[in-house]
Amino acid sequence: MSAITLTVNGQRTTVNAAPMKRLLDVLREDLHLTGAKEGCGEGECGSCSVLMDGGDGQAELVNSCLIPILQAEGTCITTIEGLEHGHNLDPIQQCFLEKGGAQCGICTPGMILATHHLLDKYPQPTLAQIQEGLAGNLCRCTGYMRIFDAVQQAATKSG
Amino acid sequence: MPDPGPIVGTSPIRKEGLAKVTGRAQYVDDITLPGMWYGATVRSTIPRGRITSIVFAPEIAWSEFTICTAADIPGENCIIHLTKDHVCLASDFINHPAEPILLLAHPDRAVLHAAVEAVHITYEELPGVYTIEDSELGAAGDTSKVIWDHPGHGGSPNTFKTFLMQKGDDPLPDAELEKIFASADFVVEGEYRTGAQEQLYIENNGVIAEAFRNPDGSLDSVTVSGSMQCPYYLVHALEVVFNLPAEKCRVIQTETGGAFGGKEDFPSVNGSHAALLAMKSGHPVKICYDRAEDLIATTKRHPSRTRHRTAVSKDGKLLAGEIEVALDGGAYVTLSPVVLSRATIHAPGPYHWPHLTVRAKAMATNIAPHGAFRGFGAPQSLFALERHMDKIAHTIGLTPEEFRRRNFLSTGMHTATGQHLSDPVDMQALLTRALKESNYHQKRAEFDRTNPTSPIKRGIGFASFMHGSGFTGSGERRLNSLVRIELMADGRPNILVSSTEFGQGTNTILSQVCAQTLRIPYEEVLVAQPDTAVVPNSGPTVASRTAMIVGKLIERASESLLATLAPYLANSAGLPDFDYSIPCEVPAHFTPADFKRAAQAYLADRGSLVSEARYEAPGNIFWDDDQYKGDAYPTYAWAVYVAEVAVDTTTYIAEVTDFHALQEVGKVIHPILAKGQIEGGVAQGIGYALYEKCVYVDGLMRNNQMTNYIMPTSADLPPIHVHFEETPSIHGPQGAKGIGELPMDGPAPAILNAIEHATGIAFTEIPLLPEDIFERMTATPASGSEDLNATDLDTRTETEVPA
Repeated sequence: MSAITLTVNGQRTTVNAAPMKRLLDVLREDLHLTGAKEGCGEGECGSCSVLMDGGDGQAELVNSCLIPILQAEGTCITTIEGLEHGHNLDPIQQCFLEKGGAQCGICTPGMILATHHLLDKYPQPTLAQIQEGLAGNLCRCTGYMRIFDAVQQAATKSG
Repeated sequence: MPDPGPIVGTSPIRKEGLAKVTGRAQYVDDITLPGMWYGATVRSTIPRGRITSIVFAPEIAWSEFTICTAADIPGENCIIHLTKDHVCLASDFINHPAEPILLLAHPDRAVLHAAVEAVHITYEELPGVYTIEDSELGAAGDTSKVIWDHPGHGGSPNTFKTFLMQKGDDPLPDAELEKIFASADFVVEGEYRTGAQEQLYIENNGVIAEAFRNPDGSLDSVTVSGSMQCPYYLVHALEVVFNLPAEKCRVIQTETGGAFGGKEDFPSVNGSHAALLAMKSGHPVKICYDRAEDLIATTKRHPSRTRHRTAVSKDGKLLAGEIEVALDGGAYVTLSPVVLSRATIHAPGPYHWPHLTVRAKAMATNIAPHGAFRGFGAPQSLFALERHMDKIAHTIGLTPEEFRRRNFLSTGMHTATGQHLSDPVDMQALLTRALKESNYHQKRAEFDRTNPTSPIKRGIGFASFMHGSGFTGSGERRLNSLVRIELMADGRPNILVSSTEFGQGTNTILSQVCAQTLRIPYEEVLVAQPDTAVVPNSGPTVASRTAMIVGKLIERASESLLATLAPYLANSAGLPDFDYSIPCEVPAHFTPADFKRAAQAYLADRGSLVSEARYEAPGNIFWDDDQYKGDAYPTYAWAVYVAEVAVDTTTYIAEVTDFHALQEVGKVIHPILAKGQIEGGVAQGIGYALYEKCVYVDGLMRNNQMTNYIMPTSADLPPIHVHFEETPSIHGPQGAKGIGELPMDGPAPAILNAIEHATGIAFTEIPLLPEDIFERMTATPASGSEDLNATDLDTRTETEVPA
């Protein structure tokens, strides 16, 4: 077991975990943040996506099922639970809600974080950029069209 | 509160949407109960044979584990669906790879994987059967190929179910039918195949079970919570496995991360398993499969082979048809008979057949049982039909459009089961609009012009089809569904149904129907979590039945609630000496505030108000199970889908570049959800056609990972344009029909029709992967067996009889 310190949703925290324990399991089991889901366990589906900032202020979208907790030492992690601002939804969450971007909801936390990352990179993304930017996050319900709508509306709101 | 105005037909925020976008929604793996253990399944490593020994390797501290075998089952070792052939845990005979044999539970999830690996089972292996053709040999008398012969089923070995569907009250004798074929201008034959398809819900199957004991130590009851579509199916399964009455088997649906049929019948298996471990260990036990286990062990769409033989006149009229549908059912019957039934009834499509015979069968193989998946047999038989319709058109020299137009069913005609189409049906108008929306004619001409000189071959094709709403045949009568609406203390209505939300929008659309009928805001309506201790059995959430059947019941229960409240609504002024015992009409006008006051006044007087509605089969709906004739479904949704494709002759990748989905659905209850349903179904249909292949080796799915079972990503899909027509049906609330399964039926044949337009090659099998296209496009007559097969197929299956 190792003591590993990281910042999760703005809170500095230390967990005692086996160094190879997956970040996903630390989030879900040790920190009780169950918004990140396991869909495949091999980095294909993106339902465990979280934002990870290694210290340069550039948050990357990562599959938390592929990150040993040791690798997250000193990083800042943002999960879906960290997106709300007080009682207000993040505009992306609001747009997913209004535009039908969530159906069964299991991919939604990862998809919203992927959108966050996409809009950081391209504040006014083209459809092709949206399609490419979300291609690591699988959704079996929507056929993605309502998700594209939600992302485009979120871009309009924030832009 | 202002008058809410119309609610059905608008797009309010989905009921559980906030929980989903914030990550607060609790799926089964997000739930941890005090003292909870974790369960795992030890599975067969062979497809067929006998267990000869089970050895527990000494390196594991087995005393820490709870181990369940078939001997621990208090009731019958049987997962009940339609036939009692499906064991809960194999004790002797193995019928498919990954068949459950033992269950393990331990407080630490992390130790289970090694423990499963440390159970060494030896077998006496027997040869397996993995194809419909081999299974047919067994049915025909080759005893070496007999793998299933359940006592009392009455039919041939290996044959789960057969149907014979013939058009007309007095179908022609075979000899007469043959005369029609002999004298027809054309006889066109074809064989079409579809592969297994995985539902690929992103949340794997999972449950948590608890068992409760009486003071004397005997088993009192079991409770299973989890990801599922049909809580009362699981109640029924638990009754049999635990020998408990229904009221002692409680089932609760947790938030469900996608299902598509994959959580219809399967939770009866993992739910029973978890409950056995809970009973024996004395702890709550969670079993959540990982992806690899979910893919090898749970149900898939039935692979199929459909053969058509069609007599057609030179003016393009269907004269007679013979259709043979064969499904690969896997190792046990499970739901195959009902899947086969929907396949059979949808096989003739939206066309008028003067004479038609459909012979259908579901065959046993040594593969994990195939089960429910959106469309439920219809995608298989409609794929075959809509490819075959294009083939006939090409053979007789008409366009696919013109040939279909000469044969469409229309209002007043009879379907192949003899169902009189009394509701308006206008396939001609649907086709006209779909072709216009997709710019079909112009694109077809343009592609014909540009293809000869382009390495990218473009094509456009379509499929016309229908999907029956609700259970097949007498199913709804048997289900006898019940819904309740109770008033909460604050006067808000609470919907009590076993119909489950798994993304399609059940909670939202039922609330819209309730709110509109009660004339109160959508936000005022509550929906109870499906918990069989609380909600009545409103039937399973399957078969495109929830909007139409359950929605109609909610409408009726809402009307009855209003009727009960009528005197209280009539006294909205709150006169003190008003006599509420005098029945009266529901006032023509009242506000949501009036409703709330009336509800609270009623509760103050009477304590509680629960209104209910039970399914009543309409008097003019009739179905004869023995003759397989009558009104197969209360009504149908009708559709024309148009696909545009590009086939790259350098990479052999076929890509869908544009898609139009037009359907007549009665009434669109929630435009955003409805579009989302259609788009999602089309995406699964595109996957079915071009991406998703289950690779089996000796009955075991070998590509059991998301890495190599490929579903479409956001970068793979074309724009999907959704168009609705609305012709209200009396069977649904505000006229709504079912749409859940419909969009699964049309994409695959439309895409392959478009690929034929693009390449001139008539592919007859899905999934159609780049390597399949490569083999056909690069083959020359002398270059190999693939091409010889292909050429054989074309000549063998197309017989033109000169006039």
